[in-house]
Amino acid sequence: MSADLSAPVLSGAVLMRANPLSKLFAAGIVTVAVILSIDWVSAAVVLSGELLLMPLLGVSPRKLLLRIWPLVAAAAIGGYGTALLAEKTGRVLLDAGPFLFTEGSVGAGIAVALRGLAVALPGIFLLLSTDPTDLADALGQKLRLPHRFVLSALTAMRLAGLLLDQWRMLGLARHARGAGPDGSPIARVRDFLGQSFGLLVQAIRRATRLAVAMEARGFGAGPRTWARESTFSAVDLWVATAGAALAAAAVTAAVAAGTWNLLLT
Amino acid sequence: MTAGSTRPVAATAEGWGWRHAGRPGFAVRGVDLHIEPGERVLLLGASGSGKSTLLSALAGVLGDAEEGEQEGRILLDGEPPAARRGRAGLVLQDPDSQIVLARVGDEVAFGAENLSVPPPEIWRRVRETLDDVGLDVPLDRSTSALSGGQKQRLALAAVLAMRPGLLLLDEPTANLDPQGVTEVRDAVVRILDRTHATLVVVEHRVAVWADVVDRVIVLGSGGGILADGPPAAVLGDPATRSVLAAAGVWIPGWCPPLAEAPGTRTPGPELLAARGLSVARTRRGPAVLKGVELSLPEGSALSIVGANGSGKSTLALTLAGLLRARAGTVTAADTLARGAGADPARWKSARLVQRIGSVFQDPEHQFLTGTVAQELEFGPRSARLPAAEYGPRIEALAERLRLTHLLRANPFTLSGGEKRRLSVATVLATRPAVLVLDEPTFGQDAGTWAELVGLLRGLVAEGRSVVSVTHDDDFTRALGGGILEVRAGSAGLTAAA
Repeated sequence: MSADLSAPVLSGAVLMRANPLSKLFAAGIVTVAVILSIDWVSAAVVLSGELLLMPLLGVSPRKLLLRIWPLVAAAAIGGYGTALLAEKTGRVLLDAGPFLFTEGSVGAGIAVALRGLAVALPGIFLLLSTDPTDLADALGQKLRLPHRFVLSALTAMRLAGLLLDQWRMLGLARHARGAGPDGSPIARVRDFLGQSFGLLVQAIRRATRLAVAMEARGFGAGPRTWARESTFSAVDLWVATAGAALAAAAVTAAVAAGTWNLLLT
Repeated sequence: MTAGSTRPVAATAEGWGWRHAGRPGFAVRGVDLHIEPGERVLLLGASGSGKSTLLSALAGVLGDAEEGEQEGRILLDGEPPAARRGRAGLVLQDPDSQIVLARVGDEVAFGAENLSVPPPEIWRRVRETLDDVGLDVPLDRSTSALSGGQKQRLALAAVLAMRPGLLLLDEPTANLDPQGVTEVRDAVVRILDRTHATLVVVEHRVAVWADVVDRVIVLGSGGGILADGPPAAVLGDPATRSVLAAAGVWIPGWCPPLAEAPGTRTPGPELLAARGLSVARTRRGPAVLKGVELSLPEGSALSIVGANGSGKSTLALTLAGLLRARAGTVTAADTLARGAGADPARWKSARLVQRIGSVFQDPEHQFLTGTVAQELEFGPRSARLPAAEYGPRIEALAERLRLTHLLRANPFTLSGGEKRRLSVATVLATRPAVLVLDEPTFGQDAGTWAELVGLLRGLVAEGRSVVSVTHDDDFTRALGGGILEVRAGSAGLTAAA
């Protein structure tokens, strides 16, 4: 998956203004509701809700699709496989030798595909609308996680984002030294492993230097203050309520339609 | 408390020394000195005399007994540095390795947060220090989007927001272009004039700081202090000058002597040519430079000059056959290509290293093995040359570049000058006819500088073509040859010798 999938879209959209924790809560409760039952009604309700909320993200559907198409493809493949292999109940829809699809198996396939997308989208929404720094602020201040842990993770994330550039530079440098990916597949694999090791060495050296720089700036010495206060606002109430409501609607609709199929029973 | 009332710190070393864990000898020892509050000190010495180690000790980041052994003691205002955290602020040479966070404002706030400064006061300091260092960008600007000089001023602001009474600068301008050097130096002077903080700066290029400091301290190679006094006295003393010159320190009014005279050879037939060349960093990214026309004959030197970010390095990578041309052509003559095809970007690695050699700005990017000896053999081996042919050549190269005593060392543990010499030697091991170097003299002491110039002049005299991306006017002058000036997306040949 490309690196820019994890880069937030900083557009001042509604979801950007919400506290990362309320988004985390909403995404969490919706995901739990979808995971609890394998049925197409609850998954469809959640997915429709998510698609309706998409404008709040401030990303055009086309751009969103460009970023998440691997997920859509994966969901479609998963659905197809399920339709092909699931228990064949109900009317036969297509019978072409080994390819036998019935109403029951296609229903199961659709449920799996919808459910896959419905589970993935909240996480994507969270990533696209959340600046990692804001998330770290919220985790440190509101959830009171240890600041050493939170800030180290944040710094590590920033370094990970820079790895792509370093990988490219390493590739050029290796080519210039005569270690380019020429010849047989085995040579290519060996070259890839060599370059990966080079990247690892550089990443460790960089992290070590950064640790010294952080220490020199007083990091980890004692209690600290947070320059950016992590706050909750009315938007967060809406986000959390919307998440809870969507989860409740999905469960209610599925139970009413008689498709509720609790995974744990 | 405002910046104007920052209390300057006094620093004292008493018989101080430090031995890194796992090393037999002391990196530095026998240092006795006292620095008064508000003094501005330039710290000099040969590479390996322990200047950086002393700065780290003053900053309190040298580590505990696990990381090394200390003798004597260092005191800030009469207390150990670790107990005075936040009173000393350290800025390092490489701007990239000291940026912690993603946004400019957060980066400056980070140190003050760690010192538990109340948030409203933090933001006041952020605006004030960014103003002090002259970095006029929005607080939410991405830290990766800044230029080298801007990053270094950001690092300075980030340290200043902690209100240090002692400012420690470890070669803060070594990796910057001339404009960046002036920007950072002027920002430091402005701040010191206002805060009256104590300053200790380590720097090879003495001229940058000589007029700004009021005391110069020279560390001896074998320990202790060699000279200590006002700049004019220390730098004017012939005995000290010759010691500093031997140690590779750039003293004002002195240029390192060069062994060979500039090549008087008339350039031969063309090896490599660029016609209507546009270059881009990535396959789909925008072209950074367009319409480049140039010709590299045998036995010639070319310097590519211009401001940071103008596309010089990308042009060099393209000429070296590492990046594809966005538009136009890079064409190798038959004498260079020797059957490999006219477009260097299509050559396989093993063929490329025998035709065009590239020396990257950061030598570490090019190190692939665990010892200096393996590093030297790597190119010839991947080109499948017979050991009988390359063995003697590598020995001679190691001798010429003073690497023989380091053959079994790990390349990453070498000093900056040694790394640079090794990176040049590894490329020369396969005898390429064209050599492309990116900022070969950045951060180098005068000794390595003179060696590089001598070596490159020799290569030109042998009939090879040497292309250098550089900001170093002395280097360009010493090497001679043509100058390609790159500016605002286009390039023009301004002079040819």
